[in-house]
Amino acid sequence: MARTRYASDPGLIARMGLTMFLLGLVFVGFGVGLGYLILYYGSHRAGGNMSDSGLIFFAAVIGIGSALASYYWSDKIALRTSGAQLVSPNDGPEAARLHAIVDRLCALADMPKPRVAIAPTQMPNAFATGRNTKVAVVCATQGILHKLDNNELEGVLAHEMSHVAHKDVAVMTIASFLGIVAALMVRFAFYSELFGGRGRNNNQSALLIIPIMLLSIVVYCVSFLLIRLLSRYRELAADRSGALLTGQPSALASALVKVTGDMARIPMKDLREAEPLNTFYFTPALRPGQSGIATIFSTHPSLDRRLAQLDKISKQLSK
Amino acid sequence: MGFLDTLLGRTRPVQPNLDELFALPTAALTLEAGTDFKPTGSGSVCFRAAEGKAFSDIEKDVRDLLNMGGNKPVQVTTDAYRFTWLVCQHSGDDPEGLVTDLHAVNSSLQNGGFGPQLLCTIMAFRDSGGRSLGLVYLYKRGTFYPFAPLAGQQRDNALELQIRGVLGSDLKIEPDLARWMPIWGAPGL
Repeated sequence: MARTRYASDPGLIARMGLTMFLLGLVFVGFGVGLGYLILYYGSHRAGGNMSDSGLIFFAAVIGIGSALASYYWSDKIALRTSGAQLVSPNDGPEAARLHAIVDRLCALADMPKPRVAIAPTQMPNAFATGRNTKVAVVCATQGILHKLDNNELEGVLAHEMSHVAHKDVAVMTIASFLGIVAALMVRFAFYSELFGGRGRNNNQSALLIIPIMLLSIVVYCVSFLLIRLLSRYRELAADRSGALLTGQPSALASALVKVTGDMARIPMKDLREAEPLNTFYFTPALRPGQSGIATIFSTHPSLDRRLAQLDKISKQLSK
Repeated sequence: MGFLDTLLGRTRPVQPNLDELFALPTAALTLEAGTDFKPTGSGSVCFRAAEGKAFSDIEKDVRDLLNMGGNKPVQVTTDAYRFTWLVCQHSGDDPEGLVTDLHAVNSSLQNGGFGPQLLCTIMAFRDSGGRSLGLVYLYKRGTFYPFAPLAGQQRDNALELQIRGVLGSDLKIEPDLARWMPIWGAPGL
């Protein structure tokens, strides 16, 4: 058996595992808490008012629906939102170049070839989406094709294809699912208090809806932070796998510096349009240099953190 | 990739499969018998150089090793996508010697721990009409496919499919046509 130079990072894996465990814990707590509230208040109630179980049911159905939609149509939604077009190798020199790089990465990684798209925007960025390797799409913007040389572009695409290999769409959809349900329940509970509460003569359901709402708010806030943390770890993992696939961590680092430096100079209008897509992007469409409290809300790790990791991989490779 | 790898966001680098490479000399004979194509005697190994001294040392050792034999010196080129090609030149009637040389490159890289950097190997053929054909070996899949480039980044799909038919019993041909990656301007072809 040949020796391997490709050490894994136990620290990153442990932190990611812990984040997922905590996320699972929050969601189990959410379910148990809901069940307890319903049983407790249900046993004290005289009438057959089902509005609170109806509320939970309704939120769960919509939550499952939106999670399934984003899971099955992630590729179509992302292509539509970014205005990207699927391209074949014959659609001009840029498309041929993109296909050639993706071809080689697939052959190196023994991965089926994803579809390839180009987004007609000057913002230098790239994203990958799709629930599995068969329907995956890798997209680069025209800006990034102009900005980066082949070496750097390969690093960026290797990062994106690592997202596909890690099945990040599936992982993040499942991770955010109950967060969505909690958010929906806060909203529904609020509206039901606002519009439904006045006509009631028993205050049992008003009693129930307030703890449900509080529980949902707490679950939503905690899961939001954990999901963002998980997203940052997935980015680091994709950086790592991408750098090891090409054997060129410094090329990816150079691409990151070029792209992030450029992202700061983009007019605000572009940024706002692009923000919903951030989780898919190579680097977020936000001003860099944010620190402290802003980083815990961020979908991507800071540039320094990413560069430090790539530097470490580069040193490991030269040993 | 296992479930745990997906959950924890890690990939294991794919090790190359070197075993099938030695089927090439037999395939060359079959190709000569069944078509007009003859080996040109040139073959190449393509890999993605990793950064750092460890890799460049191994690369230098491989070149020295190949140049020690009495054959023409090995040519090293880097293509537009920064992949390195080592082109070995033998006489056309010595496919075994060529494959042995190509294998020396593979095993050196693999022993140095850089097996995952190997992309493909190409053995070049030409017919009397001057058409060129490459048999491409994909290290990560352990399969072959024919690549017949024409002028202007076109490929002769009919010829490629014909070659697949001829060699089907000698070589493990890549069943997924989507993986028959074009390699325009491959050195040695």
